[in-house]
Amino acid sequence: MSWTLLRRRAVDWVALLFAGAATLFGLFWLAWILWTTLAEGSAALKPSLFTQMTPPPGADGGLLNAFYGSIVMVMLGIVIGTPIGIAAGTYLAEHGRHSKLAAIVRFVNDILLSAPSIVIGLFIYVLVVRPSGHFSGIAGALALAMILIPIVVRTTDEALRLVPDQMREAGFALGLSRWRVTSRILYKAATAGIVTGILLGLARISGETAPLLFTALGNQFWSANLNAPLANVPVVIWQYAMSPYDEWHALAWAGAFVLTAFVLALNLIVRLFARKGSKK
Amino acid sequence: MRDEAAGVDNAAVAIRGAAADRLYGLTTAGAAWLVLVLLGGTAFAMAWGGRQAFSTFGFGFITSRDWNPVELKFGAFVPIYGTLVTSAIALLIAVPVSIGIALFLTDIAPRWTRGPIAIAIELLAAVPSIIYGMWGLFVFAPFMGAHVEPWLNDHLGTMPIVGPLFSGPPIGIGMLTAGIVLGIMIIPFIASVARDVFNAVPSALKEAAVSLGSTRWEILSRVTLPYTRSAIVGAIFLGLGRALGETMAVTFVLGNAHDLSASLLMPSNSIAAVIANEFTEADTDLYRSSLIALAFLLFIVTLIVLTVAKLMLLRMDRAFGRTH
Amino acid sequence: MNKYSILFPFAALALAGCQGSGGGNQATSQASGGITGAGSTFVYPVLSAWSADYAKGGGPNVNYQSIGSGGGIAQIKAGTVDFGASDKPLDPKELAAAGLAQFPVVIGGVVPVVNIAGVDAGKLRLTGPVLADIYAGKVRKWNDPAIVSINPGVNLPAADIAIVHRSDGSGTTFNFTHYLGQVSPSWKSGPGEGTSVSWPSGVGGKGNEGVAAYVRQLPNSIGYVEYAYVVQNHMHWTSLQNAAGKFVAPSAASFQAAAASADWAHAQDFFLVMTNAPGADAYPITATTFVLMHRQPKDKGRSDAAIAFFKWALEKGQPQAQKLDYVPLPDTLVQQIETYVGQNVK
Repeated sequence: MSWTLLRRRAVDWVALLFAGAATLFGLFWLAWILWTTLAEGSAALKPSLFTQMTPPPGADGGLLNAFYGSIVMVMLGIVIGTPIGIAAGTYLAEHGRHSKLAAIVRFVNDILLSAPSIVIGLFIYVLVVRPSGHFSGIAGALALAMILIPIVVRTTDEALRLVPDQMREAGFALGLSRWRVTSRILYKAATAGIVTGILLGLARISGETAPLLFTALGNQFWSANLNAPLANVPVVIWQYAMSPYDEWHALAWAGAFVLTAFVLALNLIVRLFARKGSKK
Repeated sequence: MRDEAAGVDNAAVAIRGAAADRLYGLTTAGAAWLVLVLLGGTAFAMAWGGRQAFSTFGFGFITSRDWNPVELKFGAFVPIYGTLVTSAIALLIAVPVSIGIALFLTDIAPRWTRGPIAIAIELLAAVPSIIYGMWGLFVFAPFMGAHVEPWLNDHLGTMPIVGPLFSGPPIGIGMLTAGIVLGIMIIPFIASVARDVFNAVPSALKEAAVSLGSTRWEILSRVTLPYTRSAIVGAIFLGLGRALGETMAVTFVLGNAHDLSASLLMPSNSIAAVIANEFTEADTDLYRSSLIALAFLLFIVTLIVLTVAKLMLLRMDRAFGRTH
Repeated sequence: MNKYSILFPFAALALAGCQGSGGGNQATSQASGGITGAGSTFVYPVLSAWSADYAKGGGPNVNYQSIGSGGGIAQIKAGTVDFGASDKPLDPKELAAAGLAQFPVVIGGVVPVVNIAGVDAGKLRLTGPVLADIYAGKVRKWNDPAIVSINPGVNLPAADIAIVHRSDGSGTTFNFTHYLGQVSPSWKSGPGEGTSVSWPSGVGGKGNEGVAAYVRQLPNSIGYVEYAYVVQNHMHWTSLQNAAGKFVAPSAASFQAAAASADWAHAQDFFLVMTNAPGADAYPITATTFVLMHRQPKDKGRSDAAIAFFKWALEKGQPQAQKLDYVPLPDTLVQQIETYVGQNVK
């Protein structure tokens, strides 16, 4: 057996071992964090978590108003941010391969990606909360959308650019318009990548505290009014975790666990949908 | 007659197609402009808010190590340093691990485990950042301080060049701990995109490599990675963006000390952490302006980092003979 | 079934949320929905307990969110909330310029806590100047003569003092540094006082919780936290020597003694920081939180509702406050506040 072959095989083995170790590494942290969340929040993980409102210290309660507010604002943020993100990402991938505007937008988008979420919250505060004179769930949703957009733009752009040009050429050869090529062929081919981007963005915005602090503020009571301060899970976690009361601590951890489980569930549902859709 | 009708139909379809195309072109271009406007607006708002700080301190704002809210002397050097160091550590950890995970998920893992493991990795992104902070402060930092940092201090703290990087009292919180927590946070961003991107490599290319006798590592390093280079870099930027701007997790474990120190075991400060910690309590205009100026500087830092990275990529491209 | 159909259920949920606003104008829905306040994290527990009880008793919802004293001041000035709460009082000039009235609403204390092996709660005694010197880095070890001389019989180790302070701006820091400035001229001319100062050394914990966590973890450390945290977390508190020379333990009684001996009658707009109060049994770092409201509010209905809430809290909310380790205001002060509000908030 030649020496080179042995070396190549050895390198291969090392790489595979490293890949396995890396995966274990990632899963290890997840397990540790989830375990901590579960252990610390176990005292509050009971049905009342989902049926009662945020309590004052020493009283029993749940996080119903926070869950509702978070779900509504996150969904609204996705509804607002996803179309914009996909449209901009499509522009970058399809129309802007060699255009200056596309290069600038791509660059600018990467900068926006790393903007601290608190800065985006302040921006929406100045743009929406100040002029309207009050905090609101809409402002919160807008802040979340603004955090989501760069993520979706980036991933859509990359996913579409990975689709081989032969597919585009085949579509044009069949006489399809640009729009049809994109919607009928490219989106279908890039579904996995685009969906990953949306799900990553969803995961990110559901856990953001700082932007909501200056836009939606928070609400101790039940409220479904999007035009007024709206309760949400991350701000409640922040307030409760920073308090000295054990019941509040347990609620904070339990809220975190439920939030993570919720994002997981959405992940599964969306991927199921996407798989069904592409099987057609 | 049928041809005439078909001709009219085709024309109608062509017209509808053209109109749809125009609308589609306008929508996508409009969205792209919107992204530009959003960033432009935010950057302008930061620059405008920070103008008082810039005019008061001038260029010295960037080099000054002061941070005195009582005497109103502010400088951005320590936060910038802390941001860069923690993000660098995070990338150093996250990039190899994420590529390894992506390789595992696309090539090595048995098919029935790929879905669950992929979702588990993405779950790391679903954990709220404040939970990373709390877990870091109450669970991970004590562990680091009790077990890892004394070891580092004893074994690496005395070595010639890297020694100063690992010396100092093992308090558990600091740049190293914050860098590790950040690294864990950005793994899902890079790994998920890398996994999707590896899967998208045309199998014809991979099969060609296999038929030539390549090992799996060689397929990854010589076929997959070069083909997906741009997307991988995009994924890394996604993670880097998260690391540079991460607020909550870092404030809990970085120690928030406005001190400059070479050792990674010592606490420091990051731009996002300073803003988050002090903005709601800033009671003077100059104080608030300095914090907003810090936010603007983060944009600049990101701009510089991205430019350097893209220039490096361009050079790599030219070396490989690619022109775009 | 295309990609967009995935968004339908999300859009439906979001629209359902919009429905909840009922299409009514925001003024009435906010008024019937309640009033909004924001500010100090220190009062957050007691204000949320009060508003829960108030709502149960049939009053409107008083939604208070803790975003920090500075945030409270900024938001009430901007008019986005109906009242703000701040641990640091605004001086009468600033109040007049912004058209605000302010009054105290609850009392608490800031307590130095330590983590020294063998030193239990209440064992260690400190004086103001020594505390200032510790934080200034002048007294570096626990067995420094300055500390040993006031603690006969306590076994203090020859270890470096690990200092913990706040990383975020806070009213707790303001009261703590104000006190240090009062008892130590070198501190006053050095780091000075503020919600955030340039600490000579040490690590910054986020919030009282962060400071408590660091003190618990770092051996031979010292930090400062609000009294509620000391009680809830069973921390090792120290006694402090007050202005009258006596070493006093933090407790509801010593906080009230401080409040009673403070000169409220001569404080315009209640502009008074109570630290280093002269009373014989007063605890030196006692603090109060102030509520800020507009003198000529834009929405008189909401302003009146807020006043009614605070009247109820000051008169009937004391048991609740005590249960949460806060200290109610003395009766004379409550009377003074009600007169002030009647005169100043139209």
